[in-house]
This record gives sequence, C-alpha cells and structure tokens, in this order.
Amino acid sequence: MDLALAPETMARWQFGITTVYHFLFVPLTISLAALVAGLQTAWVRTEKEKYLRATKFWGKLFLINIAMGVVTGILQEFQFGMNWSDYSRFVGDIFGAPLAFEALIAFFFESTFIGLWIFGWDKLPKRLHLATIWMVSIGTILSAYFILAANSWMQHPVGYRINEERGRAELTDFWAVLTQNTALAQMFHTLTAAFLVGGAFMAGIAAYHLARKKHVPVMKSSLRLGLVTITISGLLTAVSGDVLGKIMFEQQPMKMAAAEALWDGEDSAPFSIFAYGDVAQGHNKVAVEIPGLLSFLAHNNFDEHVPGINDLNKEMQEKYGPGDYRPNIPVAYWGFRWMIGFGMASLGLGVLGLWLTRKKFMLPQSMRVGEDEVPHLVLFKKALSPKFTRWYWVVALWTMLFPLIANSWGWIFTEMGRQPWVVFGVLKTSAAVSPNVSQAEVITSLAVYTLLYAALAVIEVKLMVKYAKAGPPELTEADLNPPTRIGGDDRDADRPMAFSY
Amino acid sequence: MELHDVWFVLIAVLWIGYFFLEGFDFGVGILTKLLARDRKERRVLINTIGPVWDGNEVWLLTAGGATFAAFPEWYATLFSGFYLPLLLILICLIIRGVAFEYRHKRSEDRWQTNWEHAIFWTSLLPAFLWGVAFANIARGVKIDREMEYVGTFWDLLNPYAILGGLVTLSLFTFHGTVFTALKTVGEIRTRARKLALGLGLVTAALALGFLIWTQVAKGDGTSLVAMLVAVLALVGAVGAVKAGREGWSFALSGVTIAAAVAMLFLTLFPNVMPSTLDPSWSLTVSNASSSPYTLKIMTWLAGIATPLVLLYQGWTYWVFRKRIGTQHIADAH
Repeated sequence: MDLALAPETMARWQFGITTVYHFLFVPLTISLAALVAGLQTAWVRTEKEKYLRATKFWGKLFLINIAMGVVTGILQEFQFGMNWSDYSRFVGDIFGAPLAFEALIAFFFESTFIGLWIFGWDKLPKRLHLATIWMVSIGTILSAYFILAANSWMQHPVGYRINEERGRAELTDFWAVLTQNTALAQMFHTLTAAFLVGGAFMAGIAAYHLARKKHVPVMKSSLRLGLVTITISGLLTAVSGDVLGKIMFEQQPMKMAAAEALWDGEDSAPFSIFAYGDVAQGHNKVAVEIPGLLSFLAHNNFDEHVPGINDLNKEMQEKYGPGDYRPNIPVAYWGFRWMIGFGMASLGLGVLGLWLTRKKFMLPQSMRVGEDEVPHLVLFKKALSPKFTRWYWVVALWTMLFPLIANSWGWIFTEMGRQPWVVFGVLKTSAAVSPNVSQAEVITSLAVYTLLYAALAVIEVKLMVKYAKAGPPELTEADLNPPTRIGGDDRDADRPMAFSY
Repeated sequence: MELHDVWFVLIAVLWIGYFFLEGFDFGVGILTKLLARDRKERRVLINTIGPVWDGNEVWLLTAGGATFAAFPEWYATLFSGFYLPLLLILICLIIRGVAFEYRHKRSEDRWQTNWEHAIFWTSLLPAFLWGVAFANIARGVKIDREMEYVGTFWDLLNPYAILGGLVTLSLFTFHGTVFTALKTVGEIRTRARKLALGLGLVTAALALGFLIWTQVAKGDGTSLVAMLVAVLALVGAVGAVKAGREGWSFALSGVTIAAAVAMLFLTLFPNVMPSTLDPSWSLTVSNASSSPYTLKIMTWLAGIATPLVLLYQGWTYWVFRKRIGTQHIADAH
C-alpha cells in the first residue's frame, strides 16, 4: 500500500490535526478561566464596576473559546479506540485510568460549574456565583494534570510491567504514574505556557481598544493584568522548559539530539542557531552555533558530553533490534526553535510593554495619566512619539498569536520527537493502529473532521472578533443587584433570565 | 462477585446515567421542531436544558473513559468496530455543543435558523444511533479470534438494531417531552403534555416489540423482570402525564430507560460483546478487563467521586428548579 495513504499515516495525521486544533482552545481556556475568576474576585472585593464589566467581557470571550475546547475534546476520548485500537489494548490497563480520572473528576467539575456560572448571574448570591468560576478553573487545571500524567507515561513509562500471557502492559504503581518527574515537569511547563497564551490574548485585545481610546478604564486594567501575566508566566515557562529539557536529555536523548540536529556526540556540545542538513547522510551542511551551550542546557556544565543522533540510533538498534530510531529531524529541529522563539518573543514584548506602561508613581509628574486615560508609552523620561505608540499597539495585538504558535510547536516537537515510539521504548506507533479499520474509513473520518474543524474555525474566529471588538457591555440594574437567595429572588420570578441561550 | 463484575455493573450504571440525562436533552432538541411554534418557544425549550446539557454529556465521556480503563479490549473492539456510526455520533455531538453556545451570539435570522436546524438533527441522529449501537452489542456482532470486529457498516443496520434505534429515538423524545412539561409554564407546557400522550403510545408499541424480541432471543428470568419493570414504568409514565403528575411521569420514564438498559446488560452478562462467529471468541468480563490492580484503583475512584458528582450535579438541578416560559426569554441580546 502507498505509504503516504497508509492507515497508519492517515491515523497519525488525524491525531495531529485534531489534537493540535483541540489544543488551540485548551491553553486559552485554562488561563482565561483563572483570569476571569481573578477579575470577578476583584469585583466582589472592591465593588468597582470596571471589574464587573471586565469579567463580563472576558467571560464572554472565554465562553466562545471553551465551547470549542469542550466539543473538540469529545473526539479525543474516543479516538484512541477508533484509530488506535491496538494501542488501547496494549496500554489500556495503564493509560485508561488517568483518562477515567479526568472525566470523573475534572470534566464533571468543569461542565457542571460552567453551566452554573453562565446561567447563575440571577440565580446565585454573589459569592456563591464567584465560587463557581473558581471551580471551573480548578476543573481545567485538574483536567490538564490527568491528561499530562497519561502523556508523560507515553514519554517515559513507569510503574508498569509487561504481562506476556495477556500480551499487554499492566499497571503496578499508579502513584508513580501520577507523580513521576516527567509528569510534574510537563504540568509545570504546560500550565505556565497556557498562562502565556491567556496573558497575550488579554494584552492584545486590550491594546486594540486602547489604541482607539475606547473602554479605557476596563482595558487599562486588562492590559496590566495581561502584561503581568505574560511576564510571570513567560519567565516560569522558561524555567520549567529548562527543567523539562534536562529531564528529556536523560529520558529521551534522541529527541533532544534531534532538536539540535546534533548528528555526532560532542564534549562541550554547541547550541544550534541555524542548521541545514542532509538527513540521509546524517550531517549538517550549514550550521551556526553557540559553543558549549547545549552541554550546559543538558547538564549545567559547559564541557559535558552530549550524545548525537547517529550514536543514539546505533545504541537503540543494539537495544531494540534493527530499524531506524530517528524521528523526523527537520520537524524536531524547527519545532523546537519555533516553540522557544515565539514563546520568548512574547515574553520580551510583554516585559517591554510592562515597562512602557509602568505605573504612575514610577513616572515623572507630566507623564501620569488619570484612571480613564490611555497610558502614555514612556521609555525613560520621555514619552514615545505617537507613531511609535501606534506601532506598539499593533504589535501588541498581533503578539497575541505568538504563544499559541509556540504551544502548538511545543506539542508537535515533543510528540514527533518521540517517534518511532508511541510509548517510548515499549510500543512503536506502527504497532498501535487499528488493524480492522480500513483505509477508506480513516480517510473518510480525516476528511470529515478536517472540513468540519475548518468550518468551525471560521465561525469561531469571526465570533471572537465580533465580541472582542464590541468591548465590555454596559451594566444593568440586575447586574448590580445579584440575588440573595439560591435559585433567584421571588421578586424576579417573572423577569427575563439574566442570560438565556 | 469479582471486581470485573462490579465494573460491568458500573459501566451499565454510567450508560444508564448518560441515557437518562442526555436522553431528555436529545428529546428537547428534537422537540424544537416537533413542539415549538416559533423562535421564542424554541428558545424556551433550549433554555430548559441550557445550564445542564454539558454536564449531562460528561456521562458519555466518563462511560468511554471508564470502559477504556476497566475493559480496554471492549473499548478497542467497540469503537474501532463501530467506526462509522460512532464517527457520525461524534460529529453530531461536536456540532450540537457549538450550536447551543453560538446560536444566540448573532441576531441574524439565517444564522439562528441554521443553528436551530443543527440542534434538531444533531439531537435526532445520536438518539437513533445509540439504540442501533446498543442493540448490536446485545445481539452480537462478527468478532474474530483476535477480538477484532470483522463485519461491515451495513451489518450494523440489521432489523433488530434499527428497531433498537427507533426505540431509543422515541423513548428519548418522550422523556424529553415529559421533561419539557415539567420544566415549562404556559401554553407550551399544555401542548407538551398532550404530545407526551401520543408519543408515549408510539414508544410503548416500539419498546414492547424490541424488548420482547430481546427476551425471546437472549432473555432469562432476571431480564424478564427488568423488561416488566421497563414496560410497567412506561405505562405508568403515560398515565401520570395524563393525570397531570409531571414529576412522577418524568421519574417513571427515567425508570423505563434504566430498566431497558439494565435488561440489555443482563442479557449480555458475562459477555460484554458476544461474537456471532464463534461464542468462544466473545469478549467477556474476564478476557476484556484490566488487571485487578487497575480495577481496584478505579473502584476507589468511582466510590469517592461518583457520590460527589451526583451531589453537585443534583444541586445544579435544584438551583435551576424554576419553570421557564416565554416571559423569561429576553427579546434581544
């Protein structure tokens, strides 16, 4: 069969497309849930109306986003059985448990409390209503944790044994699966990267309005919140990325060698800035490098030996039998660079923004602005020219996409860098597909999902743009007088619902 | 009773929970064309399930995840085998979720009408297909010695399975109609009660045929009991709605769903997916289940988490206990 259309290839494309697509919505859901919860908390505590308006505005965008996250997640729960039935048979004893935990603990939490939050404005007392959005936030984080524990087991299987008689892997230590360093580091890295997405989203849309001098009090607060989120989460993403990288050098040296296009092992290995090479021959034709840095990233020591792709391939052939154990090198190499490049660029712009719009007391008298004025962009003691200022708002708007790109490439890198394994060292991807699902069936589902997802993307982005542009809503009498009784006050019995579909 | 038997029961419970809850969601979705006369009435219907449909759907994800964890072979055979029907169901559920959330986000008439069509069809198709799927599981399908489904898509569309699909379709619609009568006020409630009577009779005829067929083909004493409970509860549900006791009627239509699903699972046990090619190739609770260690962890999880879920999900229904009428729907957004 033509390899390009083989069921395995199609199933991989399907997993890649549907999962990357799903993960466009996930980090924004995780971070916006917490940020909206934070804004609503600010409203409940300070009773400043701008916080309630911000809550409603970002909450609406959050809901447009989470709807897509939820529905594209349904497919993920079943895709393993549909396209990867041999994988499911082989690892279900281990892999199924965190998925069941995710559904029973996290999904119920998220979905039940999101319903309460959406429809609860006139049904729940203020503080109880606030609690529901925090519950949603906790749900999203728990969900991330369980699915990352499952993924980490594929990156670095622990707490299992192979049962020869049943021909499958079986769980022996669930605690080890939940708490191994790969899972904790992935959790740390994924969460911080998620907040980078939410921070940039908030800062970007706030910049759009500030550039037009609209909704200034709400957007000024949002801009600060966004920029602070970018700065903190960006720094932590770098730290957690370093931690995770060091773990990967230990657990999957091939992935990291591929990330650097380091063909042959070296003492004092260099970090590659640019490389163009020949995969068949196994060497680079062009390479721009920083000497010693890779050794440092891997082992905190500029001189230590880092093994190369060719060495590792040989090593794995000896261990696992003949075959090619190299992942797709260009994808791993460039994926790694896009991830770091876009992630760090958004951090840099965030820090810059924070400095340029810094707070009143750090500014000379003449630069200070009132509550409802657009902040001046200030370099040192001098405000920037209007032209530069305009450019900064435009850049801030488009930077909003950077962390999303970084997140996607991060996952593409880590998943494709693990190939040819689906469970590292235990099960190859080629042995994981459903043997009884025909080529026609996989192509059908791939085509249908791709078209459906493309159509939904257009719809979603248009809605997002519409509501982002519309800005925060005016508050109504009902917004400012939440009910005191659970289920709504009697005086409201015949009033229209605060929110209805 | 070994742990894998416990898990057989728990999987049945999860599916019962799913069909009980999303059953009326599907029904309400179907009623948007069957019962509602204008947009405002459609919105009344949609808003009766607005705060809860998402949580209801998680019962499906939990059933899927729990089957994966407790019976990996069952999960693998079922979902790779019933590939195209499942694909259709997933597509419907994806569109349906978006439809609920996005329908009101634009005021253009065409936009709203399109999403309303979507809500109807994506409620109707899964309501039918789940019946087809479960009838096939109960009936047995072509499974080879490697536990792989070797039949075709068309094999799944046999008369027994199609009757099963019609039963879930009508039963869920009836369940949804009773739910509507319970959750609305005004004229729409009166019409829902009237419609429930007619639907109840159609459902009773179809269900009786399907359940008797099942009983004759596969049944024993316990499945007979479940069958009788299902039938009597359905009759009771129709009677109760006629008498204006909507709460009782809803509870009884729920019992019908639970007893009918229980009956299918009773006829299955100890198989989980019988093979029609050779009985010894059937997937059973023992050859399809996970190791005792995994099942033990899963049992702890279910024991602690399920009561909590029931508690806070139940609380949600209490928070939104008030009936909804057209006066509660704001004109514009």
